Amino acid sequence: MRTPTYLAAELRLPTNWLDYTILAIYFVVVLGIGFAARRSVKTSLDFFLSGRSLPAWITGLAFVSANLAATEILGMAANSAQYGAYTVHWYWIGAIPAMVFLGLVMMPFYYGSKVRSVPEFLLLRFDKGAHLLSSALFAFAAILISGVNLYALAIVVEALLGWPQWVAIVVAGFFVLAYITLGGLSSAIYNEVLQFFVILAALIPLTVLGLKKVGGWDGLTDSLTKSHGDDFVSAWGGTGIGSDNPLGANWLTIVLGLGFVLSFGYWTTNFAEVQRALSAKNLSAAQRTPLIAAFPKIFIVFLVMIPGLVAAVLVPNIGTPDSDLQYNDSIPYLMEQLLPNGVLGIAVTGLLAAFMAGMAANVSSFNTVFTNDIWAKYVVRGREDSYYVGFGRLITAIGVMASVGTAFLASSFSNIMSYLQTLFSFFNVPMFVVFIVGMFWKRASMKSGFWGLLAGTTAAMVNYFVLYKQDVIGIPTDQGANFVSAIAGFVAGAVVMVAVSLFTAPKPAEELEGLVYGTVSPGMAEPPAAGDDAWYRRPALLGWGAIILAAACYIPFSF
Amino acid sequence: MSESEQFEPSERAEAAERLRKAGYSEADVQREVSELEQKSATAARIFDLRRIIGGLFVVYGVIVTIAGLTDSDAEIDKAQGININLWTGLGMLALGIFFLAWLKLRPTAAPTPPPLPPEAAEAAERRD
Repeated sequence: MRTPTYLAAELRLPTNWLDYTILAIYFVVVLGIGFAARRSVKTSLDFFLSGRSLPAWITGLAFVSANLAATEILGMAANSAQYGAYTVHWYWIGAIPAMVFLGLVMMPFYYGSKVRSVPEFLLLRFDKGAHLLSSALFAFAAILISGVNLYALAIVVEALLGWPQWVAIVVAGFFVLAYITLGGLSSAIYNEVLQFFVILAALIPLTVLGLKKVGGWDGLTDSLTKSHGDDFVSAWGGTGIGSDNPLGANWLTIVLGLGFVLSFGYWTTNFAEVQRALSAKNLSAAQRTPLIAAFPKIFIVFLVMIPGLVAAVLVPNIGTPDSDLQYNDSIPYLMEQLLPNGVLGIAVTGLLAAFMAGMAANVSSFNTVFTNDIWAKYVVRGREDSYYVGFGRLITAIGVMASVGTAFLASSFSNIMSYLQTLFSFFNVPMFVVFIVGMFWKRASMKSGFWGLLAGTTAAMVNYFVLYKQDVIGIPTDQGANFVSAIAGFVAGAVVMVAVSLFTAPKPAEELEGLVYGTVSPGMAEPPAAGDDAWYRRPALLGWGAIILAAACYIPFSF
Repeated sequence: MSESEQFEPSERAEAAERLRKAGYSEADVQREVSELEQKSATAARIFDLRRIIGGLFVVYGVIVTIAGLTDSDAEIDKAQGININLWTGLGMLALGIFFLAWLKLRPTAAPTPPPLPPEAAEAAERRD
C-alpha cells in the first residue's frame, strides 16, 4: 500500500463555515461519546473489553472500521491509480477468506477460552517466552503504526485545510486521548461505528460524481484500456508466472502471499482487529463479528478503487515526475474538483474521523496488551482490579504521547509508510504461523511457540533487508517483496516449530482443552441466547455467503 | 464479592502454586474473566449507540439538505450537474431516521447477567 508522502500544495480545499460547522459537530459528538461511556466503566474488563457485552452489529462494524483507517482509504485509491483493478485482490482474496476463517474456525477458541488478548492465548497454549515476545512485538508495532496514522493525518490536514502539522497532531492526539481515557474500548468502538457511516457518506457521493465525470463505468474502462492496456481493468490479466505486470507479482504469490499468509496474519491474529470480536456479548456474536464485517468489506473496494481509477483517467500522468499529483492525491484531488461545500465538509470529517479511528484502534489495543499482558503479569501482579483500570488510563495517555513522538519520528522519513507495510509482514505473519500450528497440532510443544515466532520474524526480515534490498533475488516492487517475505516468514516459522517440537516436551493434554482444534473447554459450551438461532444469524450461512459473494464479484473482472 | 469468599484457602494456595510453576493456566483466565463479567457494568449502563448515530445523521442530513436547496448553479455545475448536497443530505436524513425508528421499535432489552460459574453460585447462595 502506498500512502501519502506529501500532498500537492494546490490541493487546498475551498472549505467554508458550513464545512467547519459539520466538522465541529463531529468533534463534539466524539467527546460526548467518551463522557457518556465513562459511566459504564467499572471493572478492567469494561475498560479493556467493553465487559464482553456488545451486540454483533456494533462489533462487526467496528471490526471493518478499525481497518478502514484513512491510510487504507488513501492508500488503496493510490494503489488503484497505480496498478488498476488488481486492488480487488486486497479485498476479495486478501480479506474475505481470512475474516470467514476467523469467525467460523478460530473464534470458538479465542472467545471460548475467555482470553482478553491474542498474546494471552499464546500464554495458555505455549509458555511465558512466546507470551512476552508476542506482547512486546505487538505493543511496539501498535505505537509505531498509531504514530504513522497521526503523521498521515497531519500531512493531509496541512495540505487540505492549511493547518500547521503540529496543530493537527496535537488536536487529533488530544481527542483520541480524551475519549479512550474516559470510556475505554466502548468509546473507541462506538466512535468507529460512527466513523463507518460518515466515511460512507463521504465516499459514495465522490464515487458517483467521479463516474459521471468520466462517462460512467463503460467510459472509465474504455479510457483506461486505451491509455493503460487491457490488464489495467482486469483482476488476473498478466499475472501468469513469468509474465510482466505492474504489480510485480504472479497469481501464485497473490494467492499464497497476499491471500493466505499476509491476510490471515493480519485479520486473524492482529489484536487491534480481534479485540473487537472479543468484546462481543456471547460466542455467537463474537463469531458473527468478522462475518458481519465481511459484507461491507466486499463492496468498500468499489468506493476506493473507482476514485483511484477516475483520477488515473483525469490526470493521465499522475504519479510521474511530470505531474504535481502523487498517486496518494487521488481522493483529495477528486474532493477538490467535484464536491461543493456541505458534502465537502462531510468528506473532510470522514477522512479526519478515519485517521483518528485508525489511531484509536491501535491505542486501545496497545493499552490492553501493555496492562494485562505485560504490566499485570510480569511487573505489578495481584493488585486490586481498580488499580489496573487506573493504570490502563495512564498507559493510554503515555501511548498517545508516544504516538505523537513516533509521528514526529515518521515525519523525518520520506517514505516510512511503505516500510511500515513491510513491518506488518514482519509482525503479523510469524504470529499467524505460531497460531495456526498451535491450534491445529496438539504435539506442538511449549517451547516451540517462542522459537517459531523468533524464526518467522527473522526470516521475513532477512528476506526483505538482505535478499530484496541487496538485490540477491530479483523482485520488481516493494509489494511483490512483501508477498515473498510473508511466505518466507511463514515457512521458516512452521519448520522451526516442527523441529523444536520433536525435541522438546509437549504440553499436557488436559491443559490444551479448548485451545486446540477438536477440544472443548468448559466455558465454550454456552447455550445460544434468545434469537440467535434465527437462520440469518447462523455463522456458517453468513460465512459461506460472504465467500460465494466475493468469488462472484471476481467474475466480471476476470474475462 | 471478594475473592476470599469464593475460594477456600487451600484452593487459593494451590492456585498460587500453579501460577508460580506453570505461569498461568486456562482455569485462571476463566475464573478471573468470569468474576469480572459478574461485576461488569457495561451491559447495564452503556447508552444505546443507535440514538447517537440517528441523532447525528438527522442533524447532518438537515444541514446538507438545506445546503442543497440553496446551492447556486455554479455549485451544481461543479458536481457534474447533480445536486449532490440535496441527494446526500436526504440519504443521511433517511439513515438517521432509520436508526431512530429501529431504536423506537426494538428498544434495548433489559440486560441479563451471565450465569454464575458453579463455585461462585454456591458462594453467593451461602451468603444469602
